[in-house]
Amino acid sequence: MAPLNLAAKRHSVLPGFGLALGLTITYLSLIVLIPLAAAFIKTATLTLDQFWAAVSAPRVVASYQLSFGAALLAAAMNAVFGLAVAWVLVRYDFPGRRIVDALVDLPFALPTAVAGIALAAVYSQNGWLGAPLAALGIKVAYTPLGVFVALAFIGLPFVVRTVQPVLEDLDREFEEAAHSLGASPAQTFLRVVLPAITPALLTGFTLAFARALGEYGSVIFVAGNMPMVSEITPLIIITKLEQYDYAGATAVAVVMLLASFTLLLAINALQAWTRRRQGEKT
Amino acid sequence: MAVELTASELLHAPRPAARAKALPWAAIAIGLAALSYLALFLFVPLAAVFFEALKKGFGVYLSAISEPDAWSAIRLTLIAAAIAVPLNLVFGVAAAWAIAKFDFPGKSVLVTLIDLPFSVSPVIAGLIYVLVFGLQGWFGPWLAEHDLRIIFAVPGIVLATVFVTFPFVARELIPLMQAQGREEEEAAALLGASGWQTLWRVTLPNVKWGLLYGVILCNARAMGEFGAVSVVSGHVRGLTNTLPLHVEILYNEYQFAAAFACASLLACLALVTLALKSWIETRTKA
Amino acid sequence: MIRKTVLRNFLLAALGAAALLGAAVTHAGVTLLNVSYDPTRELYQDVNKAFAAQWEAKNKEKVTIRQSHGGSGKQARSVIDGLEADVVTLALAYDIDEIAERAKLLPADWQKRLPANASPYTSTIVFLVRKGNPKQIKDWNDLIKPGVAVITPNPKTSGGARWNYLAAWAYAERKFKGDARKTEDFVQSVFRNVLVLDSGARGSTTTFVERGVGDVLIAWENEVLLALKELGPDKFEVIVPSVSMLAEPPVAVVDKVVDKRGTRRVAEAYVQFLYSDAGQEIAAKHYYRPRNEKAAAKYAAQFPKVTLFTVGESFGGWQKAQKTHFADGGSFDKLYQPAVKAAVKR
Repeated sequence: MAPLNLAAKRHSVLPGFGLALGLTITYLSLIVLIPLAAAFIKTATLTLDQFWAAVSAPRVVASYQLSFGAALLAAAMNAVFGLAVAWVLVRYDFPGRRIVDALVDLPFALPTAVAGIALAAVYSQNGWLGAPLAALGIKVAYTPLGVFVALAFIGLPFVVRTVQPVLEDLDREFEEAAHSLGASPAQTFLRVVLPAITPALLTGFTLAFARALGEYGSVIFVAGNMPMVSEITPLIIITKLEQYDYAGATAVAVVMLLASFTLLLAINALQAWTRRRQGEKT
Repeated sequence: MAVELTASELLHAPRPAARAKALPWAAIAIGLAALSYLALFLFVPLAAVFFEALKKGFGVYLSAISEPDAWSAIRLTLIAAAIAVPLNLVFGVAAAWAIAKFDFPGKSVLVTLIDLPFSVSPVIAGLIYVLVFGLQGWFGPWLAEHDLRIIFAVPGIVLATVFVTFPFVARELIPLMQAQGREEEEAAALLGASGWQTLWRVTLPNVKWGLLYGVILCNARAMGEFGAVSVVSGHVRGLTNTLPLHVEILYNEYQFAAAFACASLLACLALVTLALKSWIETRTKA
Repeated sequence: MIRKTVLRNFLLAALGAAALLGAAVTHAGVTLLNVSYDPTRELYQDVNKAFAAQWEAKNKEKVTIRQSHGGSGKQARSVIDGLEADVVTLALAYDIDEIAERAKLLPADWQKRLPANASPYTSTIVFLVRKGNPKQIKDWNDLIKPGVAVITPNPKTSGGARWNYLAAWAYAERKFKGDARKTEDFVQSVFRNVLVLDSGARGSTTTFVERGVGDVLIAWENEVLLALKELGPDKFEVIVPSVSMLAEPPVAVVDKVVDKRGTRRVAEAYVQFLYSDAGQEIAAKHYYRPRNEKAAAKYAAQFPKVTLFTVGESFGGWQKAQKTHFADGGSFDKLYQPAVKAAVKR
């Protein structure tokens, strides 16, 4: 008897497709798509020249460099240290491990404004960490470095949380085999572990990057907001709004949205890759 | 140099424990690096919140959080979350149902679109609602005529909150329901259960921990949102300030201890969220 | 089962919240919304209390005045976008002009409707330095000395910062006898020394005072005197430059809103209160220079004498000043750009 090919049917025996999909699409359109379209429509009132002038002004370009650059660097640092944290949490046991594990998600749960004032307090020149750093000549608060710190804070959990499950599922046998064949721990890591977790690592990196890119609340308290130096792109959008330049604000917003959308596609592709890898191993 | 082991030695070789108890130097180095990273970026700022909050004493702390403007900020935060979370919960379940249990063209596009709010800057989230509902926006004049206030009033804040927390529940449920497959639901349907019965009695019990997880994250984000709400709120004290905005106001009025006091409330909320998350994880693994 | 309980609890919470919201919104009497700029928080706390008491005594009606504060430009933008302000009390006339022009919420000649250019109090721009004035800052030209770190808000977003900018410009114009090039160079040099550009006046004060950043803060006189009182007279000093601007932060009733809400009577009384003896006394106590002779005489000691320029005389009015200096492509945009290389080297 031919197997019941239920999966091939577009509408299976399960009811509720129309309702669920209809609800989903309506809600999505009302809350997300139509308002986002407003930004594009407003931008469309600009001529191409005006649009280009708005989004390529030196001050705006400097803000792209800061927002994208700091986000990229922060995500990269999170990738390295996040991997270390995930490793420590998965492979080692120590008193307080459960608590540290739970606290890793703090940036995810903590409101961005609270993070902002806390980081500003800690890293300012008379702050707990800012004071010793200032003695070494390193200024953190109100500089691009402050932006970097805030973005690192924000993105911290992403790499840890995407890599952790993969590390946990990692079959120790391969590592043990490598060890027993004479590989050093570094070689084992580089050639056995790293390739296995690369999809997850890249996913976490991209997630951290995407999150850091648009971040406002935690950065605004600790950045210097100096045009051309320490001004992030979301702040430029707000500045343009306050100058009644709605079209200019939406033009810059459109640039950010396009970047966000691209990143999102990248994340989804990476996540699919990760899932395929996981699937292969079972 | 290869070490030759006999078969029985391999079989009886002590298996490394799931977590190593012995700590060779590499492990210590990695451990130190990881923990100091966490300390620099996580523990110290968290401690700073509570330290600064209590700097001027417990009396100031209590009066800061019981002051009327603080209370209305707390109330508004709770209202925004109480509306945004259930809405996104219902949406999340509906979306996950459609995506996980059925096949249709454009499914991956839909999933990507659902994830969109996650990567959009909160400032842009606020901006687009101003463009739609502001006085100079699409519906502005019509709303003004009918005396309906959305932007710079509570509905606007709720909308902005809904936007930024939009995908949280869906993102938890979709992969979960996809991983769980359709067999159980199909069996129930074939046995005569209606759609609702299938949903209530078969699907939801299976995803209850994922659901709770998504709801908790959604709630944490809803209560803590700052950027988007800052753009659409009129910053009218006692009326349209959420708790994060109130923290900003206090901070700007030199009342730092009070600002950190309110911030510590939010930090406590975050810690409770984390504890709940942790608890759910243990239950899931059980 | 747990999901039913969870969902039910959320629905109950939502209903409860809605009820609370309903309760919160109803209260007897009249409400006014005063949309104001950044530093006036403390001022209007006292003004509102006094006015409410006076109104209740005279008219047996309870009036509640809600406040909103933020950068002047930002507040104006909110009103234009629909924030229903009965009264606006902003940092410069240009911002209220914008509300009149873009949203047509009040007539274009609003400034003539109230005495003294619709500014019941004035202020000026001064410097705040660390105690002992270690960098010996006495006047505007000390701000361009190498190694001096200046704190001012961003003229693009902050009303106060625009007054700062124009004051520096006015000084340079006078010093260089109208030489445009030298004036521009001077102002550029000042901004080259700026370390942090907050979006509002209050933010800059916080940066300088609380976070200990910078050697000199350029700010509203009232802001500086308040900071001194609140945060440490033993830690800072006020330095009054040789010349400065007469800053006239105006007030206005927003016609369309008060007519719609039926609050015109109260709103106009509120604005008049600011000119009354009681209102002027409160303003002076909060370090705003009162127009009223009596209050001015009483508080003369706390307001040092300065040579003051006005926007009208020196810059042809706010419309012109905005266009020349602060609009996109204006003087601030032009001279701030090359400053980046110097700033980054710090």
